Amino acid sequence: MRRLRAAKDKTARYIMLGIAIFTILFLLAIGLSLFFKALPIIREKNLWVLLTSADWKPFKGKFGFLPFILSTFYVSLIAIIIALPFSILTSIYLNSYASKSVKRLFEPVVDLLSGIPPIIYGVWGTLTIVPLIANKIATKFVEYSTGYTVLAGGVVLAVMIIPLLISIMVEVFRSIPKEMTDASLSMGATKWQTVKRVILRKSVSGIIAATVLALSRAFGETMAVLMVCGNITQIPHSIFDACYPLPALIANNYGEMLSMPNYESALMFSAFLLFIIVVLFNGLSRFTLNQIERRYQF
Amino acid sequence: MKHLEEKIFKVIMICAAMIILGVLVYIIATVFYRGLPSLTLDMITKLPGGGFYLGKEGGVLNAIVGSLYIIIGSLAISILISVPLVMYINFYLPAKSIFSSLIRFSLDILFGIPSIVYGAFGFALMIFLGVRASLLGGILTVAMLIMPIMMRSFDEITRLLSHELPDALLSLGATKYEMVKVIMKQLMPGLVTAILLAIGRGIGDAATVLFTAGYTDNIPASLNQPAATLPLSIFFQLGSPVEEVQNRAYASAIILTVIILILSFSARYFSSRFSKNKI
Amino acid sequence: MISTNQHLTSSTTNSFIGMNEAITLKKLITNQSIKIENLDVYIEDQHILKDINLTIPEKSITCIIGPSGCGKSTFLKTLNRMHDESPEVKISGKVFVDDENIYGPHVNVIDTRKKMGLLAQRPCPLPMSIFENVAYGPRIHGIKRRKAVNQTVIQYLQYVGLWDEVRDRVRTSATRLSIGQQQRLCLARGLAIEPEYILGDEATSALDPLSTKKIEELFVKLKEKYTIILVTHTLRQAKRIADHIIFMYMGKIIEAGPTEEFFNNPKKQLTKDYLSGSFS
Repeated sequence: MRRLRAAKDKTARYIMLGIAIFTILFLLAIGLSLFFKALPIIREKNLWVLLTSADWKPFKGKFGFLPFILSTFYVSLIAIIIALPFSILTSIYLNSYASKSVKRLFEPVVDLLSGIPPIIYGVWGTLTIVPLIANKIATKFVEYSTGYTVLAGGVVLAVMIIPLLISIMVEVFRSIPKEMTDASLSMGATKWQTVKRVILRKSVSGIIAATVLALSRAFGETMAVLMVCGNITQIPHSIFDACYPLPALIANNYGEMLSMPNYESALMFSAFLLFIIVVLFNGLSRFTLNQIERRYQF
Repeated sequence: MKHLEEKIFKVIMICAAMIILGVLVYIIATVFYRGLPSLTLDMITKLPGGGFYLGKEGGVLNAIVGSLYIIIGSLAISILISVPLVMYINFYLPAKSIFSSLIRFSLDILFGIPSIVYGAFGFALMIFLGVRASLLGGILTVAMLIMPIMMRSFDEITRLLSHELPDALLSLGATKYEMVKVIMKQLMPGLVTAILLAIGRGIGDAATVLFTAGYTDNIPASLNQPAATLPLSIFFQLGSPVEEVQNRAYASAIILTVIILILSFSARYFSSRFSKNKI
Repeated sequence: MISTNQHLTSSTTNSFIGMNEAITLKKLITNQSIKIENLDVYIEDQHILKDINLTIPEKSITCIIGPSGCGKSTFLKTLNRMHDESPEVKISGKVFVDDENIYGPHVNVIDTRKKMGLLAQRPCPLPMSIFENVAYGPRIHGIKRRKAVNQTVIQYLQYVGLWDEVRDRVRTSATRLSIGQQQRLCLARGLAIEPEYILGDEATSALDPLSTKKIEELFVKLKEKYTIILVTHTLRQAKRIADHIIFMYMGKIIEAGPTEEFFNNPKKQLTKDYLSGSFS
């Protein structure tokens, strides 16, 4: 009996160890297989040329990824610039100012927003944001814009990542001990002074972590952005130009035209780029968070 | 002076919150306004008819069933892998071991990998294995996407569990395996939350199934037949030049939103209900 | 030995008896004291404090004792209006600080809190350096000049005897101090806002005996300048440092008086039981 129990325990342990190793190997497998799939094009062209050339003519064997890389960054950057202030202000409001009933109203709202699938944000974007930009906003700055622009992608993406940011930040703010805010208030600080000098300061690392998570979601978001950003291969010179982010490139072309030489490899290279961006981002954020915590150890 | 600053920022904060609230209402209203007139019983009970994409009659039952098949299959796989893994890093490995932080770091990265990359990887894998776009392919790829989501949220909930229960069980002479079986009962509500979160993400994602599940107007009868999914169905209908079909896309969007809303509300309901009788 | 405030003494046991005439007279001149009239506090449906009437003498240490859950901490929080932060708390009655009802219609909470330095149960350094912790108060109250801030910080760190221990690392995080040092830092931080009153909510319960002693010595030193009100759960501490004792039970003030009289000659049966350890 005792032996059986011990044997069961041991078996379970080995199975679990196997799964744990599998998880790490799975990550490696994704990275390596993307890399090897991308290897032909890296070998043939030069990595530097691939990354910095803007010349994208797959039929002539020219693969410059710069337009796609820049598009991805621009769209994500606009999204985070719009989303960050909104999310920080709203989460502070919910945490420190709002009454219970307002909080109760917002909880399902944030849930709702984060539950809506990307495709629906895309639908909403094409219906409202794109015409708004084409007819109202862009006309004030440029002569003509279709509305399918960097800005449209950024706005739709911002609306998508706001709920993610809010739900994490509300958690971050909530985890600040009440004694700490009480200490500040009892010294006669106003609420806003307490928010500015104590709460925000205490939450720096949490806010950074949330931002990183939202940014990596933004980099990889495919369908919603694809539907509103125009998908024209060019380096966008203003936010009213159309753009073509990496995920959209893959989604639009993968599975077709794979007979073209190096084309599949080129698309795999873009997937590999996204993968690397996510890994770098995670590593970098972990490193900075560690530094912050070590320096201030709050 | 400092009260003025306080007031200004309070106004700004309320504005920010109101705008976010407004945008949500706007999104929902837009979709419902366009979609509701086309949302008929046929939409959810019939397969697409011959000229469905040209505005003739039919429904999106194929996509509803396909999405459900895929999510159920991928859930089964990811539960089978997530639960043992989370138990292992929390109860078998020492609290601050390098191995467990390595696993958690991998999970963070897996969590951050975009769904399109999973889609591309899944497709490449399928070509390598000689499988064509099918229900099986969709299930496997969606499983890759939702596994890290499930593992991470379940891990976070498990970490909150106090050490008293495990210690008490071990001191009774239970083996770790027996201990974990008891703890799992305690963690059930957490697992439910994690599962529902994963469903919400998995069922709405189009990029993973774009290449791997294929598309069909029929309900797949076996694992190696292609399967339609709701997000793709919306995408294709939206691409049609016929306005009637476009409106149906919004109706399908309503169906998808409602499915997800039901799931996310029940997640909240379950987690709040179960947390009451948790230790 | 009876307070001159007629309306207070009329409410028998709930009033604070036992200041001699001289002190009362001086108090009337400086007007610096706390008077509480008909204070009731409810948290949701629970009646936490029941009809409190009290005068707290200035420039002395008043200890509030009583079993846990008797409302001591709630009482302390009514003095600096920290209950404003919890919407479920309802307060009625008047609390006069320096002859002004702090629950009156035109009172600024900020000013009230600035008068009251609070020392919490567990030291809670703000997420900043030692220096900035002490500088926090002066800065939020509008002192911008570097020199003035520096001077204040050093002055109060010296006052609590922390300066020599931390002078070479005032710019490092306050969380690295020992818990006893942290509590002294919090005291310095509270003093830096230049309050008139010091409120202590079981301020030594988390500390080791040595640190406790240091804090107690500081309180005794501080009572020359400040009116100190401490909630404590140890009778011995009250005996050691208090000038006046207030004994609370189930939200009511049972007995109050000068320390010696209170311990040697308690008047109420409940007080006698409590002092003899029948309940705690």
